[in-house]
Amino acid sequence: MEVIAKRLADTLVLSPAGRIDHATAEVFKTALAPSLAGCAAGRDCVVIDLASVEYISSVGLRVLMLASKQAKTQGGALGVCALQPVVREIFEISRFHLVLQVFPTLRDALAKLSAEALAAHDAA
Amino acid sequence: MLVRFWGTRGSIPVAMSSAEIKRKLVAALVQAAGRGLHTAAQAREFIEHELDFAVSHTFGGNTSCVQIDAGHRDYVLCDLGSGARVFANSIMATRGPTGHTFHVLMSHMHWDHIQGFPFFMPAYIPGNRIRLYGCHERLEEALRRQNAAPSFPVDFSRMGADIEFVRLEPGCEYEIAGLAVRSKVQRHGGDSYGYRIERDGRSVVYSTDSEHKQDDTDEVRAFVEFFREADLVIFDSQYSLADAHSVKEDWGHSSNVVGVEMCQLARARRLCLYHHEPTSDDERLAALLTETRRFEEITRAEHPVEIIAAYDGLEITL
Repeated sequence: MEVIAKRLADTLVLSPAGRIDHATAEVFKTALAPSLAGCAAGRDCVVIDLASVEYISSVGLRVLMLASKQAKTQGGALGVCALQPVVREIFEISRFHLVLQVFPTLRDALAKLSAEALAAHDAA
Repeated sequence: MLVRFWGTRGSIPVAMSSAEIKRKLVAALVQAAGRGLHTAAQAREFIEHELDFAVSHTFGGNTSCVQIDAGHRDYVLCDLGSGARVFANSIMATRGPTGHTFHVLMSHMHWDHIQGFPFFMPAYIPGNRIRLYGCHERLEEALRRQNAAPSFPVDFSRMGADIEFVRLEPGCEYEIAGLAVRSKVQRHGGDSYGYRIERDGRSVVYSTDSEHKQDDTDEVRAFVEFFREADLVIFDSQYSLADAHSVKEDWGHSSNVVGVEMCQLARARRLCLYHHEPTSDDERLAALLTETRRFEEITRAEHPVEIIAAYDGLEITL
């Protein structure tokens, strides 16, 4: 699994692609770790852009939950965005849309989490 | 093999409120308007075939008790929640009060899995035999303590049936009333045990009060083997996946989503949602079933898993 990382001002946008399941969840978790380390009060925000993720299993959702818990513990902000229809259904059935910050688009996520990142996104 | 559900609720018995019954009646009457239902037979037909399950039925409120009926003269139960009282009363009403042998596989000793025993009338009647099987060292102590002052007026010692406790070793296979039975330890406060029960090429897994950590690959692999190609997996789906990973983490229960994934990996034939959340009403549980069927559909590779939601009174033939 490939996870592309892109910085927009104080925000790291992480874009995994493909399936996040038993076979790839550990790789996904490892790829998130460096960005999560800096996701703290007064430092970086993290947005996980799921636009290219076609499927996520319970173990993938657990990685997102652990990431969210870590960000909260550090006083940071983490959101996910741009869910494909199937992934959105999985979020709703598992109720993850109630415990994570989920946004329709990357721009919506940036608008909520960081004005500077939104400006950088719109200027690009 | 026939599987009968006498109690399907988790944690604590519940009963429908007057407001819930009124809601069902209003929904049924509105739907029946103008249908010309003039006889009881017409009304029954309408109820059975046209009303939604959540309007015409209830999932019920008794706690864990499942009967495995493989045609043997002895009775086999999983757990002694409040559903065991209904089972026992049914046996006494239809087969008489004495001369019965009951074999009970105990998952663990939390209240909702033992609370039916003080009201299990055959236990008080000489001439009945009860064999209580479990992997916990303190099973007998837990049941004796429940039937003792100051919690209960009739002491365990006054139970007239021949009662025996049989300690099982996890992973070992036993023959009980003509069934091949194997147990497996599960993640739950004080541990719980699931049972895989087989007879004549048919298999049912009773796996309740079991939390699953999906990132523990060894544990996942062990459960997939335990569930492997089972005809029916009775699965603890009390929580949503999000709750199980957040506010209710380490409370010892699992979710519909994990149940589907495990059964897909194990190529099980049917998943039965079980140990229902006590705060969920019939509409909520019916919606849970619909959502779970949809989840199975959108995540299916090539092996389909039939999804069922247990209710008090459900019978499944394997």
